[in-house]
Amino acid sequence: MIIAERKPVAEILDMVRDAKKILVLGCRGCVTVCSAGGEREVEILASLIRLGRKKEGNPVEVAGATLVRQCDKEYINSMDQWEGQYDAVVSMACGVGVNFIANLRSSTRVFPAVNTSFFGGSVVQGEWTEQCAGCGDCILHLTGGLCPVARCAKSLLNGPCGGSQDGKCEINPQVACVWQLIHDRLESLDSKEQMLRVAPIRDWRPAGHGGPRKVVRNDLTV
Amino acid sequence: MSDFNPNIRAFCCHYTSQQASSDHGEGLKQAGFPGNVVLDRLTCTGKLQVSTLLAAFEQGADAVYVVGCPPDGCHNVKGSQRAAKRVGAVKKALAELAVEPERVRMYHLERGLHPEFVAAAREMDTMTRALGPCPFNGESR
Ligand code: SF4
Ligand code: SF4
Repeated sequence: MIIAERKPVAEILDMVRDAKKILVLGCRGCVTVCSAGGEREVEILASLIRLGRKKEGNPVEVAGATLVRQCDKEYINSMDQWEGQYDAVVSMACGVGVNFIANLRSSTRVFPAVNTSFFGGSVVQGEWTEQCAGCGDCILHLTGGLCPVARCAKSLLNGPCGGSQDGKCEINPQVACVWQLIHDRLESLDSKEQMLRVAPIRDWRPAGHGGPRKVVRNDLTV
Repeated sequence: MSDFNPNIRAFCCHYTSQQASSDHGEGLKQAGFPGNVVLDRLTCTGKLQVSTLLAAFEQGADAVYVVGCPPDGCHNVKGSQRAAKRVGAVKKALAELAVEPERVRMYHLERGLHPEFVAAAREMDTMTRALGPCPFNGESR
């Protein structure tokens, strides 16, 4: 799932400095699950924007709403119900939602309320960690299911860098060295010989270095 | 500023405030509970949302506080711990807007009418008088 975090209120207030009527628009997808941009967070941010502007002696009208998703054209189309009612939309969706509104609504001024952080999961309530970097050429079958592209600070593909100590990464001792984890897991699965494999030089184009990526499924298009 | 009579909102769980509210507040008044503190009774402070506390400020409160059970003695197990977290989130939000975070506070008190319940209200009242009107209301006063 996409993990995001709300930007500081001052930064958001600055973006919408000139707006008189604002729509804070949440998303019921990933950002609801990671408690960054769902219905509750919309209510909170709407309140904070109103309070911030009241304090400046420049009160503003702020309404809140959520879309099922902001990464699908059909849901963005449902924004037509607010046509002409707001002079700024503050999107609490991930960056995809902001892009979609910008792509599809040429006259709508849209601003991002969250920082889109990474693809991750929640191991304990209230804590999320990065697990996948969306590199487009998955190698998890070679690494026991643990991702060195996303979870090794250097994205190494042929084993640890040599700086790992007591199973911790040399870049951040709070984080497990994923190559240590890969080694231990392959050993417990009786597949330690996988460590001896030399990864071929990787083509990073599908990882985003070849420009924006695109997936087309001919079985789904009409 | 001497005629400033702060608007204070208190959100209390049913258990903490039950005796306080039982005789229409008469007992409270006699015990010295400030008349400018408006009590909101909740089934459990754990039900309190961040947005409810912020709404109190939007409605003109100069200070807002929450009274729930002791953290390890909450009638609903973790209700007052959750409330304390949400009060913490509002403190952070106030600080982000450059408003004194002391204007929101969590108290953990034993249930029923007791001097601490009145003392908490008086403490908030004294503190808010010292701080002056909440900057959100500054312009309109
Ligand atoms: S190898 Fe690439 S696609 Fe697979 S988990 Fe890692 S980053 Fe994600
Ligand atoms: S210590 Fe491990 S996780 Fe950290 S950079 Fe080196 S190999 Fe990667």
